[in-house]
Amino acid sequence: MKIKVLGVGCANCKLLLERVKEAIRDSGVQAEIEYITDMKEIMKFNVMSMPGLVINDKVVSTGKVLSKEEIISKIMTAKAGEEQ
Amino acid sequence: MKKQIKSSLATKLFTIAVLIIVWFLAYNYLPLFAKWLSFDVFKLKQGSHLGEAIYFFLYDTPKVFLLLILVVFGVGIIRSFFTPERTRKLLQGRKEFIGNIIAAGLGIVTPFCTCSAVPLFIGFVEVGIPLGVTFSFLISAPMINEVALVLLFGLFGWKVAVLYLITGLLIAIISGIIIGRMKLEHEVEDWVYEIRSNGGDAEISNMTWSDRIDFAVDSVKNIVGNVWLYIIIGLAIGAIIHGYVPENLLAGIMGKKAWWSVPLAVVIGVPMYSNAAGIIPIVQALLEKGASLGTVLAFMMAVIGLSLPETIILRKVLKPKLIAIFISIVATGILIIGYLFNLIL
Repeated sequence: MKIKVLGVGCANCKLLLERVKEAIRDSGVQAEIEYITDMKEIMKFNVMSMPGLVINDKVVSTGKVLSKEEIISKIMTAKAGEEQ
Repeated sequence: MKKQIKSSLATKLFTIAVLIIVWFLAYNYLPLFAKWLSFDVFKLKQGSHLGEAIYFFLYDTPKVFLLLILVVFGVGIIRSFFTPERTRKLLQGRKEFIGNIIAAGLGIVTPFCTCSAVPLFIGFVEVGIPLGVTFSFLISAPMINEVALVLLFGLFGWKVAVLYLITGLLIAIISGIIIGRMKLEHEVEDWVYEIRSNGGDAEISNMTWSDRIDFAVDSVKNIVGNVWLYIIIGLAIGAIIHGYVPENLLAGIMGKKAWWSVPLAVVIGVPMYSNAAGIIPIVQALLEKGASLGTVLAFMMAVIGLSLPETIILRKVLKPKLIAIFISIVATGILIIGYLFNLIL
């Protein structure tokens, strides 16, 4: 699974990145995390509010610092999608 | 909090109804409570410097927080309807003028933080929204925010809050129109125009009412969590000024007759970075001691509306010339508003 956190270095973006790391640790899912700050990369996802969360190239959340539980549930949904 | 996410809509609505009743009771009995606490419990003398300062602080602090929670919650519900994606759709294909008016209005209700200024700018330009219309949005979004409005309402009354809202909108609309007319498209960094997103909007999930309530509760936690300390410090300084600084001390420096006070307020205000929360209580105390309203409003608008961090972020997409034009036009608007209020009030 590939997870990308889109952010421009603001406090909320870093907070989301930390929570994603925790979520992966807690859920035990194998995942690659990438923190993207390059504006050109970010705009490829057509996201206008920071931070953004992308799982397997699909934007699952924008403009919100999700809680760890919410992130885990998004990861699980994506995982179920992978296995199908 | 976990429980609340899982609870049903009915429970949430019931909780909100109860909280609203508690809110009104608290708001109504607050003056009595603050009096009782300062003059009966602490046994301070009514009319003494210390007594007045403490009473002012004990009354204003809970009042501001009560107002803040109510308004941020209400605005949170409204904002759950306006994602940046939806706002962009509403602005797409709009002509100058009407577009500027709508953009300035949407600037108030669309969730916005400084860190999203660049992606928003690119996202708008990419779908062909005119530069001037985009600027109307970018000016109004930070300048007119609910925290500023609540504090103005709570500390100065509704007239000043409405004046701030209207003049803020006017600055955003007119500055946007002027920037649009100047044909400055080539002053945007070239790479912005090269960006092509993968097409299609990022998925806009449909929110249920239960989600909207959660969204509003979250925004209360976030916003109040971010500004509470500034508000308390601001109110404490305000209380000291209120109790100890003699009346009319500031009339000479910040009053109507000092013509240079407005430009000075703008020059000091622009590089300052503060949210409205910390600055307004201090400003109120200054006003009480003889500073004039126009000067004070100009100062506030300069502090919140034109912030150094935002311009630094925008530099990524705007060439220096456009940044300079943007700052000068908005600053001029603020100057005019400042003088106008000093003249008519």
